[in-house]
This record gives sequence, C-alpha cells and structure tokens, in this order.
Amino acid sequence: MTAIILQVVIGGLLMGLIYALVAAGLSLIFGLMDIVNFAHGELMMLAMFAAFVLWQYAGLDPLMMLPVVALLLFGLGVLIYRGLIARALSVSFNRGMVQIFVTFGLAIFIRGAAQFVFGGEFKSINTGWLAGRTAQIGGVYLPLPQVAASLVCLVAFAGLLAISRTEFGRALEATREDRDAVALIGIDRDRIFALGWGLGAATVGVAGVMLAGFYYVAPNVGANFALIAYVTVALGGFGSLLGALVAGVLIGEVEAVTAALLEPSLKQVSVFGIYMVVLMFRPRGLFGKL
Amino acid sequence: MDNRITRRRRRELVVGAVLLVALILLPLPIGDVYTRNLIIISILFAGLAQAWNILGGYCGQISLGHSLYFGIGGYVSTLLFVQAGVPPLIGMFAGGLVGGLVALLVGWPCFRLSGHYYAIATVVVAEIGYLLFLNWDFVGGAMGVYIPFKGDSWLALQFRTQKLPYHYVVLAFAAATWLAAWCIEGSRWGFSWRAVKDDVVAARSLGVRVFPSKMAAAAISGFFTGMGGAIYAQYVGYIDPDSTMSGQLAILIALPAVLGGVGTLWGPFLGAAVLTPLSELSRSYLGGSGRGVDLMIYGLVIVVVALARPAGLLSLFGLRRRAKGAPDGSPA
Repeated sequence: MTAIILQVVIGGLLMGLIYALVAAGLSLIFGLMDIVNFAHGELMMLAMFAAFVLWQYAGLDPLMMLPVVALLLFGLGVLIYRGLIARALSVSFNRGMVQIFVTFGLAIFIRGAAQFVFGGEFKSINTGWLAGRTAQIGGVYLPLPQVAASLVCLVAFAGLLAISRTEFGRALEATREDRDAVALIGIDRDRIFALGWGLGAATVGVAGVMLAGFYYVAPNVGANFALIAYVTVALGGFGSLLGALVAGVLIGEVEAVTAALLEPSLKQVSVFGIYMVVLMFRPRGLFGKL
Repeated sequence: MDNRITRRRRRELVVGAVLLVALILLPLPIGDVYTRNLIIISILFAGLAQAWNILGGYCGQISLGHSLYFGIGGYVSTLLFVQAGVPPLIGMFAGGLVGGLVALLVGWPCFRLSGHYYAIATVVVAEIGYLLFLNWDFVGGAMGVYIPFKGDSWLALQFRTQKLPYHYVVLAFAAATWLAAWCIEGSRWGFSWRAVKDDVVAARSLGVRVFPSKMAAAAISGFFTGMGGAIYAQYVGYIDPDSTMSGQLAILIALPAVLGGVGTLWGPFLGAAVLTPLSELSRSYLGGSGRGVDLMIYGLVIVVVALARPAGLLSLFGLRRRAKGAPDGSPA
C-alpha cells in the first residue's frame, strides 16, 4: 500500500518538475514585460523535434544535446523578440490584443511548419543511455528518463536562481519593476527584453529536450503543456520563480492523485478546478506580488 | 454633434439593409454546393465574431473561451431535439439562453481578473467544459451525437439536399447580431461598456457600474454564440466536443473580430469575409494531406495583420470614425 502511494506521489513529482520548468520560462517573460507568450508550447515542441532530429540523424543522446538545443532556443527567443514582439510593443492602438494575437499567429505558424517538415504522426526517442530503463527502490519503480528530466529541471531552476543574482538578473528585476525608469540608470531596456526572451525560450527548450526522452513528439504536443503552463504560472503567481516551482509540483501531484483515485481522463479537470478555486480567493496566485 | 451621430447611425442602418439584400440575393445565381457552403460558414462566423465583439470589442474583455458557449448552445438544442423532440427552431433559442447563462456563470469568477489574467482564465474554463463533455456519457462523450434526419422541415431546420434555407438561417442570425451591436453602439450601455474597456478606474469614477456592465455584455455575447452553436449543429447534423468546443474554435470565433476591427460594427464581418474563406480554401487546397501549409499561411496572416494593422483590416478603408468619447479613429 505504501509503495503504491509512494509510486503515485513520486510520479506526480517527476511530471510536476517538468511542468514547473515549462512554466518558469513563461513566467519569466510575463513578469518581465507583461506579455503572455501563446507560442510557448510551440517553442517546447520545437525543442523536442530538435532533440528528435539530433538523435535520429546524429545519434546523440538527449542529455548530450541539451546545451545545443538550449542555445538554439535562446537564439530563437531573441529572434522572436527582435522580429515580432518589439514591434508589437511599439503599437499604440489596441496593444493588448495585438500582443496576444501576434504570439497566437506565431504558434499556429510554427505548428504548421512542424507539420510540414515532420508530418503529423507521433514520434519517440527510444534508444539512448536511459531510454526505457527503470530503477526499483523499495517496490517503487523509477523510470530513469523521467528521473534525469527532474534532476535537470532542478538544476535549471538553480541556474535561473543563480542568474537572478547576477548583474543581468538585477537588471531584469529592475526592468520588471519599472521599465521606463531603468533607462535613467543606463540599462538598455530593449536588450534586457531580448535576453529575457532568449532565456525564457532556452528554459522551455531544456524542458522540451528532457521531455522528449520519455514522451511522444508531435506538432500538437505543445498545446496541452502550454495550457498547463498558463495554469501553473497563474497559480504560482505571474513572474515568481518559486511560485512556478511550487505550483508545477502541486499540479503534478494533483494530476497523479486524480488519475489514481478517479479517472485518468479527468486528471486535468481537477487541476483546472483547483486553479479556479485559487483564482477566486487569491487572484494573484500563491506567490504573486501585486 | 448629436445630429451628426444620428445621421451616421441612420446611414449605417441603410448600409446594413443594402448588404442584407445583397446577401439575400447572393446565393441565387450560385449553384455550386461547395461555394454555397463556404458562404454559409463565412456568414455564420461573421455572426459569431460579432457576438464575440459585443464582449471583446465593445466591453474590452478578451475571451478566448467562446467555444464553450458555442458548444453548449449546440448541445442544448441538439439534445432537446433528439431526446425530447423540441424543434431546433425553438431549441436554438434555448441553446442561446443556456449559452448566455453559462457566460454569466463564467463571468462571475473571471471578471475580477483583467487583461491576460482574464484571457487565460477563459481558456481554462472552456477547457474544463471540453474535458467534461468529452467524458460525459449522457451527451455522447467523445463520440458525440448524430441528429437523425426527419424530413425537410423549417421547424426542425433540416433539409436533405438544399443549402439555401441554411443560408437564410445564418443570414438572419448574423443580421440579428449586427442589429444588437448597432443598438448597443447607440445606447447608454454601449457608452458604459466602452468606458470600461478604455479605463476601468475612470469609468468607475464616472458612476459606471463595472461588474454589471461586463456581465451584461457577457450574457448577450454568450446568448448569440450559443445560438450560433445550435445552428451549426443542425447544419452539419452532428455534434461532438472536438468540433464544437475545442480551443481552436475559440480562436476562430475571436479572430475575425480582432483582425477585422474590434469594437466596430463592420470589423467582425469584414474579418469573417476575409478569414473564413481563407482558412477554408487553404485547408481544402493545401491542407488535405496534413502538410500544414494551410496553418502556416493562416498564422502568417494573423501575425502580419496584427502588426501592420493593429486597428484591424477595417482601417484600410478609412471607415473608422471617431466614436464619441472613444480614443479610436486615429488614422492607423
């Protein structure tokens, strides 16, 4: 009995950490410039495909390509900011809607492009150092790719935390506090925004690569993870790193417990239900600043 | 000043009537079923976008969950017909009423949020509805419900081969949404809503009751969206969560209004006239083999229009005029 309970709790934790890291990238961009990136799930999907392609054609293990894909996604994030978001920010009329629908259009475009290049069918990475392996500790099965993914997520969180303590991190924080005043102390706001997008995209890229180690890869895989990421961010509090971590794990646990006790197909309903409840009593989320 | 506004509003009514007559005549010389279907779908989405516009455009609440009201409206009329024999011509009003009611239920928690927070909450609520319907056996679950054919009838809105009757049904629907938007533009409500959209704090200080304003806009918007869902279900003769409640659909409802021109009378119609054929045509000519080119084109159009014409395609025609008290009409 204890083993079953432990299995459920650990399963939730392992998935929750992935959710947390996906949400961290979203939260970073949102906190920085008040933009919701509706193409966030598609960035994750691209990272998964990058991992898949590198694995299939270069024979690289997902763990090895982590830095490569993260760097690629960083560049893509900067590119998206410079090409689209900077323009959307400079719009004077109807800005809120323009921001939403520019990233939405981008999401649809990326999904179409992935379908065009890779086709719509599901793919998976099924060989590698860890693929398909499980460890067993005290009757609890631990799928190794997921364990590795969780560890990488924790490291990535530590990395984000470390970055937030650097000069750049303080510039991020200052830009978030008052995006107009930072110009007075010599911070190039545009550059900070671009780097913020790069960092956010790289973060979700890391999550995507690790996810690709044990999850199917397909053009529409991002949509569902993105939705959970929005909920995670809203639950944890927009812009809060710690909030994303706590909320991500919480959501993983809620999913796992619902799937075990009730009906697997309803696991997300309970997640979204909890989000609605939190929304009513604490609209800014668990760790959100006002 | 007042006189000019009345004159403008009267002119809009005349333009609307002319357009209505043109659309009544439009399908008559067209025998081709594919084209007629395309026109019907476009008009339906014009009406849906206008319904969205009532909440999203005039009141400024960007809902990305209108698929919920659409689907529920469709299910209500379908189930009333299939289970209780209530003719869909009546059932679609029931669908609309339930759609409006659900919009109120959703609005109650969600309207405390603003901006992106509201938009995300609507996505989540719609997803909850979608998942519940997917797992609810009474409504057919993922399989959905087939609407049995009971002979050509206006009361049941069923026609085996004809497309023309549906054309007039969706046209009446779209005309009703337009008329509702026209009435709202000139009414006290319309002014309150636009005040809420532009500046909540200023609106409140002027004595506008913000929360009831949003709720009223949501109810009207939800009503028409639900009605549209009922008509759609009857038109295709089948309803399931994927085709009537998906997040994708919520975007399809909102996009024509956003890209055509939010908070305008003609924007949603213009947007639907451009976007719906674009999406349908590119899907049938380019998307058949699942190659995704249709999605790429669609996404690109959204990005380009949103960035190049933030006020919507309508601004290309210079039709936007300075509405009283609203900071729009600037030559974009």
